This record gives sequence, C-alpha cells and structure tokens, in this order.
Amino acid sequence: MHGDLTAFVAGPLGLLLATEAGGEIISLRTVDLAIIAIYFVMVLGIGFYLKRYTKSGEDFFLAGREMTAWVAGLSFLSANLGALELMGWAAASYQYGILATHWYWVGAIPAMLFLGIVMMPFYYISKTHSVPGYLQLRYGESTRALSAVSFAFMTVLMSGINMYAMALVMKVVLGWNIHFSIWVSSITVAIYVAMGGLFSAIFNEVLQFFLIWLGALLIPILGLVEAGGWSGLVARIHQNFPQGDYTHLWRTMGGFADNPMGIHWTGIVLGLGWVISFGYWTTDFLVVQRVIAAKDLRAAKMAPIIASYFKMAVPFIVILPGLLGLALLPITLVPESAVGPGQHSYNEVLPLMLARYCGPGLLGLGITALIAGFMSGMAGNVSAFATVWTYDLYRPFVRKNATDSHYVSMGRWCTILGVLVSIGTAYLVMQFKSIMDYVQALFSFFIAPLFGTVLLGMLWKRTTPAGGFWGLLAGTASSIGMWALVKADPSKLAWIALSPHAKDMAENMYRALWSWIICVVVTVVVSLLTRPKPVEELTGLVYGCTELPSEGHLPLWKRPIFWAGISAAAFLILQVIFW
Amino acid sequence: MGEGHHIIPVWFFIGVLLLIYGVLITASGIYELSEPPATVLGNLRPAIWWGVLLIIIGGVYVYYFMPRKS
Repeated sequence: MHGDLTAFVAGPLGLLLATEAGGEIISLRTVDLAIIAIYFVMVLGIGFYLKRYTKSGEDFFLAGREMTAWVAGLSFLSANLGALELMGWAAASYQYGILATHWYWVGAIPAMLFLGIVMMPFYYISKTHSVPGYLQLRYGESTRALSAVSFAFMTVLMSGINMYAMALVMKVVLGWNIHFSIWVSSITVAIYVAMGGLFSAIFNEVLQFFLIWLGALLIPILGLVEAGGWSGLVARIHQNFPQGDYTHLWRTMGGFADNPMGIHWTGIVLGLGWVISFGYWTTDFLVVQRVIAAKDLRAAKMAPIIASYFKMAVPFIVILPGLLGLALLPITLVPESAVGPGQHSYNEVLPLMLARYCGPGLLGLGITALIAGFMSGMAGNVSAFATVWTYDLYRPFVRKNATDSHYVSMGRWCTILGVLVSIGTAYLVMQFKSIMDYVQALFSFFIAPLFGTVLLGMLWKRTTPAGGFWGLLAGTASSIGMWALVKADPSKLAWIALSPHAKDMAENMYRALWSWIICVVVTVVVSLLTRPKPVEELTGLVYGCTELPSEGHLPLWKRPIFWAGISAAAFLILQVIFW
Repeated sequence: MGEGHHIIPVWFFIGVLLLIYGVLITASGIYELSEPPATVLGNLRPAIWWGVLLIIIGGVYVYYFMPRKS
C-alpha cells in the first residue's frame, strides 16, 4: 500500500511481478498515443509553471502550507492509489472475491478518520515538517534518526521496485520496451518534482485522481450493464464458481480454513484494521505529508475525512472489475505459476476488462490513468524522501545553519538523486528478483512499531524519550525476528498466527500485531522506569498538555467531527450490506 | 489553493486536460460509427457519451477556474 505497497499488498505485487509470460493484451492506436503524450506534456508544463512559485523551503517541501482541504484530501488519497494498487487488487478480487475489499474499508476508513480527528491536531499544531520531525520534538534526536534513516532508505528502494514492476506491466500489457518505460517515466518525474517540489507532486496527484476515476469508471458501469446489475453479477459468479463464496465480506471469516485467504477475522480486525492500517495511514510520511501541507488546522482535519469518502468508493473501480471478470470473462484466469500458452493470469484481469469494453480513445484514457498512477506514486516517494533527507538528516547531522535557499537546492538535488537511486534499484531487481521480497519485508518492519511509538507519544504524557526509542527498536527487531523465523521454517507461521491453517496473507497481519504489542509494552515499561519530560516541553505535542482550538463556533455542517461521523456510519452500513 | 501565491488553481489544469481528452475521445467515437471496434457493448457508443461527459466536466472546470485579471 505505501504509494507503493507495504505488507498491505505484498501478495498482489508479488503476483504482478511474476507476470512475464504471454504476448501483449492491448494494442494502442494513434489517438491513444496522443492522449498519453498530452498527459506527459501537461505534467511537465505544470512543473515548469510551478517552479517560479517554489522559492522557499516551506514552498518546496510543504507546498507553502496553503492547500485547501479538498486538494490535500485528494492528494492524500492519490499518493496511495497507484497503478499497481489498482491492478494488484483487481487481481486479488478475482482470486479471493470481495474479501479484498477489507483493504479499502476496515483497512483504511477507521484509520483515516482517526488521523483527521485525533492525530492531525498534534502534527499540525507542533508545526512539524515531517513524521520524523514530530518524533524529534517528542522523543529527541535518536528516535528521529532511527525513523528518518529507515524511511528515507526504504522509500527510494520501494520506488525502484515499483518502477520495475510498472515497466514490466507495460511490457506485458502494451509490449513496450522495459528500459524505455523506466527512463521516460523517471526523467519526467525527476523534472517536474525537482522544479515544483511538493507543489508539483500534489498538483499532479490531484490530476491523477481524476484520470484514474474517469479512466477506470467505464469498466464497472458497462460490466454491470452486461451482467444485469449486482444481482445478475452474483448469480453469474455462483453459476461459474459454485464451490466458493466470493460475495460476502465477513461470513467466511469465522475460521482460517473457511476462506481462500486463510485468515481469521481477528487478523483482519486487529492486524489489518488496527495495527497495519493505522500504522500506514497515520505515520507513513508519504501520505501524512500531503495533509501537513494544508492551509489551516480545519483543512488538515477535513482532508483525510474527505479522502475517506472516496476511499470507500474505490472498490467500485478496483474490486468490482475483478468480480466482473469472474462473472463475465469467457476464460478462467489462473495463478501465475500455472499460466500456459494462450492462458492469462489473475494479474491481467484489469487490462482484459479494459480491452473488453474500451475502444480507441477510451483505451488511451485507461492506460494514461495507469501511467499517471505510477508517476504520481513515484513523485510522492521522491518528494517525501527529499523532505526527510534534507530536514531530518542533512540539516541536523551534516549542515546545521545553512541558508533556506541552500536547503531548497539540496531538496532539488535530492529529488534527482532519489530518482537515480530508484532507477538503480529497478535494474538491480531486474537482475536479482529475490531482492524485492526482502525490501518489501524491510518496509513492513517499521510501520507497526512506529504507530505504537507515535500513538503513545501523542496520547500519554508519561512516555519518555528512552521509552520511545527502545520501544521502536524492540518492535522493529521483533518484527524482523518473526519474519526471519518464518522464512527459515514456514511451519512456524502456525506459532505467529496461532493456527496451523493460517496462510501467507495472515503472516503480515499477526506479525504486525505482535510487533506493535511488543513496542507498546517496551515503551510503557521503559517509560515507567525513566524520567519523563517536563509538562511545559510537551505543549503542542501531547494530548492533555495542548490546548486544542474549539470548533464550537462553527455550524454543525462545517465541523470535521460531523463529517467523520457520517463517514463512519456509511462504513458500518456497507459492512452490514455486504456481510 | 495557492491563494498566497496567486497560483492558477489545479482545477483549471484538470479542466483543460479533460476538455482536450473529451474532444479526442468524442471524435474517435464518431469515427467509430463507420468503423465500429470489436468491443463488448460497443453498440452503446461508450466513446461518444463518455467523451461528451469529459467535455462537460472539463468545460465547467475551465469556465469556473479560468484565471481572471480581476
């Protein structure tokens, strides 16, 4: 999921990356190529235009802190809505049915609302420029350094992996040369982000949001027309696959052996819905950076709440095409490992559905949506990397008292460097594909414990700097330990998930849950044994020590809590409808 | 957005792009009337009404967010 997937979509990404067999699925005509070319001209034009407005560090790294709630909210969502996310989860929905929707609903909505209502005031009032920056204010330099180094390092590596994965998809779907895809998209991203900084990244993410929706929306609309509506879709799936339940969210979650994911509802609710989801949506700087750039506190609180409504609707363009594939495709897709001549894998369900309904022009729009998703995800990575490197590593540890223009210059060079490292990683992965598994796993090690560290830091004033550091370290180390244990002996998964029937998908959930618990326990114990910070040093950082601005003067419909309540109610109703 | 810097709103750029795409896709859909593509439900002419939808959305955005000297 990290604009680039963490443990969240390790499965689908892994599947996608295995896609190398077979010929191209879609051939483009002149009008399609024109649509793609116009997109490239537009993003570069936006970068050139915004360069003149990107003078100070606050402009380059925080987009001048003047984003409206809508712009910040759509950008917040788009940073996560990459092309691999779309194709990977469409494939997962073909394989697992509507269960894949958990990653969009319980695995996102509560966390987004929690960020908006509970955590955003502390990020915003503290005036931090990054999540590691908040950790420095709350816990000190050592915790910031640990978090910043891991984030910066992993972000560019993940960016490279996604770059390679996307180039591979372009090769499979369109027959494009893999080197051409890598270099053209990377150079474009490097140019417009280096020029316009976060301004450029956010502008293009909002643009991408529209392209993705307008490029992908025709598939579910025409698919439902062909299937005869939702009831017709369900009837056809039952007819084609009578042995499985593909259309219920929770009914098969009573036992590990009762559903194709091999996961119990506790893993989904506590592992995904609580630890991984909250960890990703509230502490991953890639997405949080977009909200920090909001123009005021109310906009910052509203941004993730606005995004939650659209996130709830994303299954319509991602999960539904997979289900439509089950119902309507005249062929049965197979796992990647079983693909033979003339067959297609699960991973190709979205391009197949696109080719089924879209002729010239519409195909170009659909492919542009995928390219835009990939490029904005990469732009998100490099802009977050540039900020963390410049503000959390270079400024405190290398050159403390340089001018603002020096740091902006460093940010621009860092953007180019980040893209070059990403390209290097892409070529490395091309040679040694097993690196991908390790890098994805590495990224997932930090998400869950970091959430424990940030949450305790914000909500419990007794948490001490030593507690925060050792808790984060212990949680991360335990996550690595559990991963290594299962890697060395896969049967040990039964220990982690507490069931012999657990499958790979369950591992990430339970590993995250245990590492979060270990982080919290260690943080609490060490904090109780060490000296807390004086209350006056916690002002603006911790609940109970910070005066939060009242919203009592606002009419009800302008209050973030009102819209969060409606979003939460809609989320619950959806769970009941598709139970 | 961008009030502090007087930047052209992102919505204007989106409008321009959708307007251009709408024109191209509608034109492509009209051309397909004489040479229909082999797609499922192609008889519903999705390229034409989707292209028109893009033109309407793009046009509205361009109109409302066009930079004006005042």
